[in-house]
Amino acid sequence: MVSQFRNMVKAMASDNVLSQLRDIMIDVFDVDDLEITSDTTADDVEEWDSLSHVRLVVAVERKFGFKLKNSEIEALKTVGDLVRLIEAKAA
Amino acid sequence: MLSDLAWLSPPPADFREQVRHLRAEAANPGAGFFERAVALATAALDENQLGQLARLSREVMTAGQAPAAFGRLKLGLVGDGTLALSAPVISGSGIRHGLLVEVIEGAYGSAVQEALDPSSGLHHAGLDAVLIACDRRILGLDRAADSAGDAARRVEAAFTQIKLIADGLRSAASATVLVQTIPPPLEPLFGSYDRLETTSAFAMVEALNARITDWSAAGQAILVDIARLASAIGLERWNAPGHWHASKLGYAPEMAPVYGDVVARTLAAVRGRSRKCLVLDLDNTLWGGVIGDDGVEGIALGQGSATGVAFLAVQAAALELRRRGIVLAVCSKNEEAAARAPFRDHPEMLLREDDIAVFQANWTDKAANLRAIAETLNIGVDSLVFLDDNPAERAQVRRELPVVAVPELPDDPAMYPRMLMAAGYFEAVSFTQDDRDRAGMYQANAARAAAVAASGDLDSYLASLEMVCVIRDVDGASRPRVAQLINKSNQYNLTTRRYTEAQVENVERDPSKHIKQIRLIDKFGDNGIISVIVADRQAEAWEIDTWLMSCRVLGRRVQEAVLAHLASAAQAAGAVRLTGRYVPSPKNAMVRDHYGKLGFTRVREDPDGTTHWSLDISTYAPPTVPMVVEDEASPIAPETLP
Repeated sequence: MVSQFRNMVKAMASDNVLSQLRDIMIDVFDVDDLEITSDTTADDVEEWDSLSHVRLVVAVERKFGFKLKNSEIEALKTVGDLVRLIEAKAA
Repeated sequence: MLSDLAWLSPPPADFREQVRHLRAEAANPGAGFFERAVALATAALDENQLGQLARLSREVMTAGQAPAAFGRLKLGLVGDGTLALSAPVISGSGIRHGLLVEVIEGAYGSAVQEALDPSSGLHHAGLDAVLIACDRRILGLDRAADSAGDAARRVEAAFTQIKLIADGLRSAASATVLVQTIPPPLEPLFGSYDRLETTSAFAMVEALNARITDWSAAGQAILVDIARLASAIGLERWNAPGHWHASKLGYAPEMAPVYGDVVARTLAAVRGRSRKCLVLDLDNTLWGGVIGDDGVEGIALGQGSATGVAFLAVQAAALELRRRGIVLAVCSKNEEAAARAPFRDHPEMLLREDDIAVFQANWTDKAANLRAIAETLNIGVDSLVFLDDNPAERAQVRRELPVVAVPELPDDPAMYPRMLMAAGYFEAVSFTQDDRDRAGMYQANAARAAAVAASGDLDSYLASLEMVCVIRDVDGASRPRVAQLINKSNQYNLTTRRYTEAQVENVERDPSKHIKQIRLIDKFGDNGIISVIVADRQAEAWEIDTWLMSCRVLGRRVQEAVLAHLASAAQAAGAVRLTGRYVPSPKNAMVRDHYGKLGFTRVREDPDGTTHWSLDISTYAPPTVPMVVEDEASPIAPETLP
């Protein structure tokens, strides 16, 4: 029961991070409409190239108040990876 | 403070929404578009928001209906590493400075090739300016040299590379060249000894910067001092090795907004759009306390308290600006007598009434007073910077007059000077004696305006001015000011043709051209160079290519003296006619009938509104002008004309 509740809170937190991430991406990629899920990758978003990726990382760092290492950034494959990294760093 | 553009207020929460609205108007900008765009850009924007403004800028330019208030500039950006982050922040920051900047990026890693290859895109882009942004890690200055000779060779090679790029693009495009200084490495090899040891990477970068500085001082380029910016912010924050490794970004991406602003303000200075006048609030801006309540004895100013010294430092900063030619004015909600009292009676006041060109102390709102100051000085409100500690007053002025620069101020007056100076409102790309004297000239002008109001009769007023008009060739000393006038005169300008300093120099040497600079001196002081003419010397008729005049000397009949000069010079060369044209621009309606008033006959009008005019020299009689004309170069004195 308790662990179920904990998982629920975790899922809500992830949704919250995902939605904040979506707002950041709208600003970074300068698109008005953007749907992302945990499975979204850079290939799915036309404006998501290597340079806007740098701006995305900087915007994430600014919003959540931490710095990311290149090794952490290079390991990211999906939006879900980024959400988990943010949660781990912000914890 | 620097890296977060602290002198600018935070962006509005609905920034994106506002950009969207402006973009919807891009093809057909509505009333006040310029002011709304500048107001939105005048906030501490991040690199993404600047990118959104860059997109707006591009759309406005592409649609071809850009409001005339915008300056336009096509900038080539060449150098080392990834420049793709720099381009949008330069363009976005451009709007803050009233410029639509189109940035053409050189291809990655091929700056020299592109500069030297006449078929490259950069050569054919019609660039107005080019910015060379090199990086020590590509220039080969990131590792210590093997010997002093090796170090010297490496510095020379790096400098040669920068020069090759500059010369390649300058000759092809006649573009103004801007060059960045190079931030030195943070990591010491020997420690303090790095500075002494010429083989250290640090010493080599410093040596290169010294070369770049000398080269710029010789007039070969306009310096953008990124090395100083980086050190002011701190190399530790400026440099981000991780981003260099991952993307060859030369600076930490968080530095992009301030980098963009520094480049954009330099471009604005090139276009003659730097601010001219600092308007000062009084209570709690120039001294601590309220003069109306506390009296001269009671205000905090001077030695004895840290607060008093802090306000002295604010005054010292203003005085420094005054001494380099920035006009000072006062705008304060006060009784005038009370407001003036410290200037007269406080022993520690650094600023005196003589330093203030216009003194507005009353209970009218500040926006109205700022308008009055601009009007008295005959400059645009977009030339004003307004320093006021009161956030409510700042907000009122920003709302009413979005093109006035109004820096945010922190609570602590000790930080006022830094905030004011770091904002870069008075950026200069050259400095001449004329510039130094400018504040005095504007001040004298305000005195003249008062004199004409008092005398009533214009002719006797003009005679009383004891004017001397000096007509001379353009030379190295006068060229910067001549180029400055050519690039920023909008109203009294018949053709609004812009020439860079390099182009002016070519005109001076071209025997088929006639170029003169005109200076006006009167009993209130030297107005400096106030008019420029360029004519094409053709056998039968001289065509006037450029005729412009500073609005500071409107109504002084200088143009009549200039025409007498042109007629005599053309006649001496065997020509029988002078021809000229009026090319309408959104700002030069005041000279629509310039040629008509001078006795020219209108020949024809083009569909775009351009009118063509002609003057038969044989029937022209030079008028008596209320000034002494010194025209050494003219082969025939005006009085010997028929």
